[in-house]
Amino acid sequence: MFIFGKYLSILLKAQMQYRVSFLLLSFGQFFVPFSVFAGLYFLFEQFGQIKGWSFYEVGLCFAIIHMAFAISECFGRGFDSFSQLVASGDFDRLLVRPRSTVLQVLGSKFEFTRIGRLLQSLTVLIIVLVHIEIDWTIAKVITMMLMVVSGVFIFVGIFILAATLCFWTIQAIEVANIFTDGGREIAQYPLDIYKKWVTRFFTFVIPFATTNYIPLNYLLGKTDSSDLFYVFIPLAGILFILPCLLIWHYGVKHYRSTGS
Amino acid sequence: MVIRVNGLAKSFKVAKRSSGLTEALKALFYRKHTIVQALQDISFSIEPGEIVGYIGPNGAGKSTTIKVMSGILVPDQGTCEIMGFTPWKNRANYVKNIGVVFGQRSQLWWDVPVIDSFELLKDIYKVSYHDYQENLTMLIDLLNLKDIIHTPVRQLSLGQRMRCEIAASLIHNPKILFLDEPTIGLDAVSKIAVRKFIQDYAKEKKVTVVLTTHDMSDIEALATRIILIGKGQLFYDGSVTTLRESYGSQKILTIDYQKSNVELDTSLQSLILSKTEERIILRVDTKTANVSKIIGQLSSQVELIDVSIEAEPIEDIIIKLYKEYQI
Repeated sequence: MFIFGKYLSILLKAQMQYRVSFLLLSFGQFFVPFSVFAGLYFLFEQFGQIKGWSFYEVGLCFAIIHMAFAISECFGRGFDSFSQLVASGDFDRLLVRPRSTVLQVLGSKFEFTRIGRLLQSLTVLIIVLVHIEIDWTIAKVITMMLMVVSGVFIFVGIFILAATLCFWTIQAIEVANIFTDGGREIAQYPLDIYKKWVTRFFTFVIPFATTNYIPLNYLLGKTDSSDLFYVFIPLAGILFILPCLLIWHYGVKHYRSTGS
Repeated sequence: MVIRVNGLAKSFKVAKRSSGLTEALKALFYRKHTIVQALQDISFSIEPGEIVGYIGPNGAGKSTTIKVMSGILVPDQGTCEIMGFTPWKNRANYVKNIGVVFGQRSQLWWDVPVIDSFELLKDIYKVSYHDYQENLTMLIDLLNLKDIIHTPVRQLSLGQRMRCEIAASLIHNPKILFLDEPTIGLDAVSKIAVRKFIQDYAKEKKVTVVLTTHDMSDIEALATRIILIGKGQLFYDGSVTTLRESYGSQKILTIDYQKSNVELDTSLQSLILSKTEERIILRVDTKTANVSKIIGQLSSQVELIDVSIEAEPIEDIIIKLYKEYQI
């Protein structure tokens, strides 16, 4: 963890060499999802509600997923842009250093401009929280934080899977965007508004439901099960990273035996 | 013995594709592969403190060998033992002991001052503060880095950067140093600085150095031993002196003499490379001809002013080797 901070600090220093570009990009990152949010607003203006979810309830879901996405794009950028690392041969350099490849790839790149997106999601979160009434308990606060954490792990897990593909082919990684950008677009709404198979896919294969739909119901007081179950549900999403890491290590092994 | 390589073999699958759009589309679904044998049955061992020049033409398998020895690649066959480790097993523990410089790629962080990269490497390799300070002072001194260490890497010249690259690979005090084309693209002054450093450092710290290069003057200045490979096979392994003795029997003989119109007797047992009214340059094979006899023969015909005998450049010897082995 200490070394992760060191990577962070050197890359932040590097980023600060280009201050204007940093500010402009962050500014842009603030407004891109803002337009999406505006779209959400107009949608509800027209229809009032979707399958029983009000605008602010969906807004909460939106804010949490976008926060998770912003954080994972900032810290998981190394995996997101991993194809460059392989294509340039710099991955070899990582292999001759005595640290885990996962740590080094994470540390190879950060996208600090995502602070813009994060701020935007925070703004949305605040607006939303002002407008919905939630009976806040400590359990609910923890759940909400875990929802974000769980989302980060799921997105980073997908980045890792996409990066692993680079060991076989560098061109095909656009496919992974279906699951990152696509996953984000889908998971910004409560999952039960979709067809059954979509909901199932995003519950049991890529467990976005654990960061979104299931605990969301709990936050909003739409459930009657025991509290503790819902607090820990997002943790199941965190587990998603484990098979991803396993596949990653398989990919590294393949790379080292083929060198391509 | 610090490095022992035995029967190393490695092949790569390379996708084959013809030109044209239809072929490109076909390749989407079906690809022909050819197997390229990058290394076959490479064996050698290296004693501690040796500086070995690992040479061969492009595509000979030099980089592949370096990659296997530095734990990046796993070979198909063969064993490799370096300081008691098998490089591709237990990677993290092994690589602490080696330093690697890829001449064509940077290991420094591009936008920050060099010293920041050094400090991060110190943490990556878990070097203690005391060892780091001591090492850094020495490296700054030997590589003359004092004035450039606070400059961002992107503003350095290639020569300055290479000196920093080498320093960066030595921060953790490795016992073995792999240098993959460390002088590529450098000007004469930087080349000499880099060579001198490698020589002094290896001597003082008793590090074992394996370097690949296409610049034979690197080999001449640094290496005590040459390993020559081509098409993945090992062709020559021995000292530079032995190489000279067995392949460098030719001498270049330059003779200046008083201007004369006498037609020189050209039945000399040598090859005339050039001839003017006052100078003749000959190539003599010392196996079949006698240099002093040739000089004697000439001095009886014209009045000699100056005679110089040069050994054949190592570059030519290597080219001869490449030709002989058809690699």
